[in-house]
Amino acid sequence: MIAETTLKALQALFPEPPPSETDTDVSDVTEEIAQEDKKSPPKEAPRPNGVVERDYSVHGYHIDAQVDPDQLLEAVDILDKAEFFIETITGVDWIKENQFEVIYDFSRYDFDLCRVVIRTRVSRDEPVVPTITDIYAGANWHERETHDFFGIKFDGHPHLVPLLLPEDADFHPLRKDFKA
Amino acid sequence: MSKPIKLGPDETFVLNVGPQHPATHGVLRVKMRMDGEYIVDAETVIGYIHRMHEKMGELKTYPQFLMNLSRMDYLGAVGYSHGHILCVEKAAGIEVPERAEYIRVIMVELNRIASHLFWFGAFVMDLGGFSPLMYALQDREHILDMMEKVTGSRLTYCYFRFGGLFNDIDDEFIEAARRFIPRMRKSLDKYDKLVTGNIIFRKRLEGNAYLSKETCRKYGASSAVARGSGINFDVRRNEPYSVYPEFDFDIPVFHECDSLARYNVRMAEIEQSLRIVEQALDKLPDGPIMPKKAPKIIKPPAGDYYQAVETARGSFGVRLVSDGGKTPYRMKLRSPTYSNMHLFDETCKGMLIMDALAFMGSLDLVIPEIDR
Repeated sequence: MIAETTLKALQALFPEPPPSETDTDVSDVTEEIAQEDKKSPPKEAPRPNGVVERDYSVHGYHIDAQVDPDQLLEAVDILDKAEFFIETITGVDWIKENQFEVIYDFSRYDFDLCRVVIRTRVSRDEPVVPTITDIYAGANWHERETHDFFGIKFDGHPHLVPLLLPEDADFHPLRKDFKA
Repeated sequence: MSKPIKLGPDETFVLNVGPQHPATHGVLRVKMRMDGEYIVDAETVIGYIHRMHEKMGELKTYPQFLMNLSRMDYLGAVGYSHGHILCVEKAAGIEVPERAEYIRVIMVELNRIASHLFWFGAFVMDLGGFSPLMYALQDREHILDMMEKVTGSRLTYCYFRFGGLFNDIDDEFIEAARRFIPRMRKSLDKYDKLVTGNIIFRKRLEGNAYLSKETCRKYGASSAVARGSGINFDVRRNEPYSVYPEFDFDIPVFHECDSLARYNVRMAEIEQSLRIVEQALDKLPDGPIMPKKAPKIIKPPAGDYYQAVETARGSFGVRLVSDGGKTPYRMKLRSPTYSNMHLFDETCKGMLIMDALAFMGSLDLVIPEIDR
């Protein structure tokens, strides 16, 4: 129930997706699953922005939305209105594509099981993402932690100083090019 | 002798609690700006025992990383291993024999009871009562002894393996567990009379630290913190995993939103865990504890995976991003107390410092688990 309405609301963020594009989107995913054993399948352009439904029994979440950093607040606002709670925020360093990915996990308190993942990609050269602390106050620490580990800046964050790392830390240990 | 500091009527001062303070249960520091005995605002400083488990997760292969999980939370270690194991098994498609999954649940629940017992003792000690801790540790000792015989360790268990377990349980363990259940029930009665019904204890906690549902949601609180605020959320029930659907147990929920409600939830959970252990022992199937073809090298297909489990401290999540290699591309560990602790800063505003420390105790903090 809630999965459908959330899916629709998130899809509305991407006006008029050309049908051909959504088709390739889905086949990309199935291809990815089919090619699981082949190491390093020919990686072309990264996944385009859009909403994809995932198999819960395989991936552990239902809705996977990749949005532009500009659309992030809008997408998170949809989930806030639908009474999702914030599970966690994390980053991934895709160094080959010269990008950082920021992943937001949301889930629900009621029995209408629906896990939503919002992800957004920024360039490694200038990693800036808007903060969602105005919507979810609990994002504060998660964003600070992501800033610690990856050096991703959260624009508008009230207190973006090291949280888990020492207060004078100027390194970002989860970057793939980090050498201790 | 130095002169006493005199504050003007509008002046505040900063009180530094921790990093080494008995009330913080570990190396946690809270900078509190005080107006007399009232807290104006507080800033929690964490990270004193940060060990970068997530980086270790990227550098080690999947089996090598197993022992790290139990070092996250030293009181409820098995639950954390369970989350990690389930996530990787789901990703790599490893089948687990039923007997192994039952034994896992028994261990997780026994460990949950041990963790709650320790919390119970420490919490009452925070409030000034010493002897309940001794009783609680005595009961906890039985669990540790039982688990030590099977798993080989008392605190930092590394008992689960991909596909099953490292050691089967024997009759001695089953007998000890069966003996333990009625003894624990008797103890629960004792705690009820000794602590829960104590008027000083109740007056201290009733109405202490009101946590609304909305605050819980905005911060992603789980475990007794959410269930004490009337949120019926338990990953074992909301998002069933492992063999939990096989068991008949209740999720205790209290609606008072105060510290006493959080206390009541945990005490009621001990009884529910006992029920699960009892049923699991009755239903325990025969069979192997490892699949015949347990994979030696674990290589989950590329993609990302999420698995949440209910540990003693709440919803623990593992997000695994795999590129198909022998080591994870990214291993995110979502620790429940991290979110639970985060709401302390906002909630303790305007509270008396002694109330704030009682509130901190009711959150069931384990600092290595926050810092990872």
